[in-house]
Amino acid sequence: MNLQSDDFELFGLQRQFTQDRAALDERWKALQREAHPDKFAAQGAAAQRIAMQWSVRINEAYQRLKDPLKRAAYLCELAGFAVNAHSNTAMPPAFLMQQMEWREAMDDANTADALEALADEVQASKKQLLQQCASLLDDTQDYAAAVGTVRALMFIEKFTHDLNQRLDQTA
Amino acid sequence: MALLQISEPGQTPNPHERRIAVGIDLGTTHSLVASVRHGVAECLPDGQGRVILPSVVRYLDATRRQIGFDALDNQVNDPGNTIASVKRLMGRGINDVDASHLPYALVDAPGMVKVRTIAGEKSPVEVSGEILATLRFRAEDTFNDDIFGAVITVPAYFDDAQRQATKDAAQLAGLNVLRLINEPTAAAIAYGLDNAAEGVYAVYDLGGGTFDVSILRLSAGVFEVLATGGDSALGGDDYDRALADWLLQEAGLQVDSLEDQARLLAAARQCKEALSAEDIVTAEVDLSAGSIDLSLNREQFEAATTALTQRTMQAVRKVLRDAGLSKDEIKGVVMVGGSTRMPQVRQAVRAFFEHDPLVNLNPDEVVALGAAIQANQLAGNNPDGDLLLLDVIPLSLGIETMGGLVERIVPRNQTIPTAMAQDFTTYKDGQTALALHVVQGERDLVADCRSLARFELRGIPPMAAGVARIRVTFTVDADGLLNVSAKEQVSGVEARIDVKPSYGLSDDQIAQMLKDSFSTAQADMQARALVEARVDADRLLLATRSALAVDGGLLSAEERSQIDQAMLASEQSLSSNDAAHIEAVSKALAQATEAFAAARMNHGIAQALAGKNIENI
Repeated sequence: MNLQSDDFELFGLQRQFTQDRAALDERWKALQREAHPDKFAAQGAAAQRIAMQWSVRINEAYQRLKDPLKRAAYLCELAGFAVNAHSNTAMPPAFLMQQMEWREAMDDANTADALEALADEVQASKKQLLQQCASLLDDTQDYAAAVGTVRALMFIEKFTHDLNQRLDQTA
Repeated sequence: MALLQISEPGQTPNPHERRIAVGIDLGTTHSLVASVRHGVAECLPDGQGRVILPSVVRYLDATRRQIGFDALDNQVNDPGNTIASVKRLMGRGINDVDASHLPYALVDAPGMVKVRTIAGEKSPVEVSGEILATLRFRAEDTFNDDIFGAVITVPAYFDDAQRQATKDAAQLAGLNVLRLINEPTAAAIAYGLDNAAEGVYAVYDLGGGTFDVSILRLSAGVFEVLATGGDSALGGDDYDRALADWLLQEAGLQVDSLEDQARLLAAARQCKEALSAEDIVTAEVDLSAGSIDLSLNREQFEAATTALTQRTMQAVRKVLRDAGLSKDEIKGVVMVGGSTRMPQVRQAVRAFFEHDPLVNLNPDEVVALGAAIQANQLAGNNPDGDLLLLDVIPLSLGIETMGGLVERIVPRNQTIPTAMAQDFTTYKDGQTALALHVVQGERDLVADCRSLARFELRGIPPMAAGVARIRVTFTVDADGLLNVSAKEQVSGVEARIDVKPSYGLSDDQIAQMLKDSFSTAQADMQARALVEARVDADRLLLATRSALAVDGGLLSAEERSQIDQAMLASEQSLSSNDAAHIEAVSKALAQATEAFAAARMNHGIAQALAGKNIENI
């Protein structure tokens, strides 16, 4: 193992989408116990720098592994299928239609209840897409299809963010 | 320097050596120093048995000063030279500070505001340095020994400039800073370890000048901060000010001098404190324009200050949203800071969380005690300790982009240490420099965020426009402090970075202050420096020998001979009486062993991580 090991190697996990969040959290803490700069606080600046590199790397991997969307995108990239979220925004028309409907529903909603109802609908859709990701990545290893699902999830994440902002303003 | 002292689990580098480590709570109103003795953290008292040191410095003339109670006693007589609540000025420019109620005069200065005193213009860093030095001497007198290092607490919501200013102040006071830790996290350590607490807790910390709220998950010695929020300019002082304004208004008077201001604030503070226990008090204060003699009940005080308490509760709601938790998932709310003695504050917290806040700890001492526990572990005195702090960055870091907009690089509430990289390119042919403006805050416009620093990347190899790929890495270390490095990816050239901090002090300024500082002038610095240089050099020699004994095989003959030569020179230098010479030779040895030490340490960590993985499978 070294600083260039991939996230799964670093955490000693199977390279797959399905992960146990509680086990992941435990592993993160166990690794930080070994590498955190606090463990080397009495050993000078150079030791701090090296420990920090490891600790930063562990935190970076943890951020990616614990978030299902980031984890899915990372698995696609490890398999050689870049997600290219910025440059590639072509999506199926049906999906785009639904996005537009949601945006309109958000603009029209003028109560917290209406926004909450929309949030529930979006959450349900997200859950379904994540299940689809699990099946594409872990069962059929169909990375090309998984990339499309990941992109759809990114749209949903952006929309959820905007929706939460609206909820904050309404609450 | 002691990089080679890689200890085996359960072993300190030198098992017989106990290092004196202290925790310091550098507060707005008062400060404390604590240490772990015989396995228990306790606050260290002064010669008269008082653990609290009022955070007040009075300048008597160019060289003499009073610190603590003596200064506080003279605040009303000599307000202009008696600096209280200096924490509110740390890392701040003149425009950031509300000076309307300050009983002393501020001076605009590049980087950070200064205070005008009889002893000249003083930086808040210097004033804080005096307070820290006083606590350092107290600890040294208590143990009759030198202090190995200190953990200093800062409000969780302190930004980079305020943290850096605190670290600079510690340097001025001659303290080796083991770590800056956040005040609510320190309180959680003291509380969690005392109560064997597990689960998700909120810490509500209302001090003299700052408010923090942190949400932490406590489990098996791990203190994981889930989110933090607050207001670094909201505290008990503001309740005093609001009450002072109310008293003036009721009496139809105004303040005409710094003395009036100091007297009025002192009276307001007394009333506020008395109203925590009593329902009605009398406010008596003589001003130059007339006297105030008013009866004041708790309801009136609360009505005059309720907006402040409401502001804290807004921050509480926001931090819960950031943590993605609802209030019924919070197992308990720990109250910290003297201002949480106010019944209205406890009532507001109780009403929101629908259970009684935890007030069984002394709200004044708990932060220093937690810092002491962490200091003891960081110093290596507690090798079996399983305390692990996983704290977060309180405010997002970003850079200025076109049109004065902020591009977020490191989002708030990310666990530290953390690093994020961003690629930039050149827009002109042959361009060799690039300017970056780093800001901190949550707003979208640069103008609404806090400017931290302007970086100039230089030494980019000339290329056609848009070809260079300059990867700029923003690293936030375990103290919550930002470092920036840059590398051109095509050529591999490291860009040189010139930092112009928007706030804070340059290294030269610090060096000058160190020279001028009383705390260093007082001690016999030269004799002390010689002893320290010898001890340090000796330690490094010892560590190098043992490292060579274990892993010498990793070195080539040439590498080995270079290290041997550096060791020989260092051994010979020990008989010299020139501290600078001993240090220089020792530094050369540290440099000669740097690569070896780094390889050993990387190897050690990789082994330990792999070991964890195998254990857990």
